[in-house]
Amino acid sequence: MATIEIDIVSAEGQIHHGQASMVFAPAELGEVGISPRHAPLLTRLKPGAVRVKGSDGVEQAFFVGGGILEVQPHLVTVLADTAIRAKDCDEALATEAKRRAEEKLSNAKSDVDLAKAQAELMQAAALAEFLTKIKKSTH
Amino acid sequence: MAGAKEIRSKIKSVKNTQKITRAMEKVAISKMRRAQVRMTEARPYAEKIRRTIAHLSQANTEITHPFMADRPVKRVGVLVVSTDRGLCGGLNTNLFRQLTRSIREWRDAGVEAEYAVIGNKGLSFFRRVGGKVVAQNSNLGDKPHLDQLLGAIKVLTDAYREGRIDRLYLASTQFINTMTQRPGVRQVLPVQPDAGVQKLADNWDYLYEPSASELLDTVLQRYVESQVYQAVVENVASEQSARMVAMKAATDNAGKIINGLQLAYNKARQASITKELAEIVGGAAAV
Repeated sequence: MATIEIDIVSAEGQIHHGQASMVFAPAELGEVGISPRHAPLLTRLKPGAVRVKGSDGVEQAFFVGGGILEVQPHLVTVLADTAIRAKDCDEALATEAKRRAEEKLSNAKSDVDLAKAQAELMQAAALAEFLTKIKKSTH
Repeated sequence: MAGAKEIRSKIKSVKNTQKITRAMEKVAISKMRRAQVRMTEARPYAEKIRRTIAHLSQANTEITHPFMADRPVKRVGVLVVSTDRGLCGGLNTNLFRQLTRSIREWRDAGVEAEYAVIGNKGLSFFRRVGGKVVAQNSNLGDKPHLDQLLGAIKVLTDAYREGRIDRLYLASTQFINTMTQRPGVRQVLPVQPDAGVQKLADNWDYLYEPSASELLDTVLQRYVESQVYQAVVENVASEQSARMVAMKAATDNAGKIINGLQLAYNKARQASITKELAEIVGGAAAV
């Protein structure tokens, strides 16, 4: 059976590496299933489960908090995010770094906290859903 | 005996210093091990995203993202990664020397520069020599986290997007091994893909979901972030190993000084005993 190489990495370490007969990933526009010799694809991921079906038919699931999915005919790369990310959160962090450069002391970071909390909430919800799914499949 | 007493107190103070340097060495050793582990953990991501970028550079994309396009250089942005604390040998000094050389080259070529600084030492460097610091972040601790760096990175990548800077450099220390750390100023933007990547089929392009420009933006932003994160993690490992080496040298030097002082003390003590004896013998003979 044809297999495809799968790499799941995050900035804080390698999560999974191996051969798979099928990979499912939570792409931003809906879940995608990738079999070997898939056309090159580049997409963003939502927080959720990446499921890897090995060549022996055993399925493994990994939680990613968002990231990027790159597909080549022979290879799938999941670049998972570890940091809590949100667009406005980055924005706030940038202004804060600027401000620090100007005055070099900081205490107030409420706008960062809010954006971060929202992104954290979204990830936590996805993680909770992922965990309940796993629980169901083991029962 | 006055001389001997002075020497004794001197020995005591050097011994105290030695205790401190030895403790710092031990701390640096254990922190270095952990920092090295973190460094190797960060490597797969950096490698994989570099591979994706290399694939991207081979694709026939319908748009060329500004992050990949070379343009004439009028201004550059530099992200300087330095340590927060001193007592780590020539680590920061070597980096700043390298940086000064690049700054001089840019100035000679009529190129202006602006800086984003990570670490207290870099900040005090720019305070001393002057330079436009647009963002700074320090006190990251031994376990730097990506979200601590995002702000400083975004300031520079935004400047690049707006065309305020035409090139982005990363000035940091590369960890070679425990004894060697190499400072360097490397180009991050526009992206220069590795040459040694497998050649893919000609004339293809990705399917993009949602849109090519948005995705390229995300990928390239992540690429810059991973490069900076890798540099920061390497900097921590370099800092700890440089500190370990420096503190070992200091401990050894303190040992040498103590030996010398001990010798001088023994001689002084011996001399005073001999003198006393001679006096007693002389006194007895006079009676």
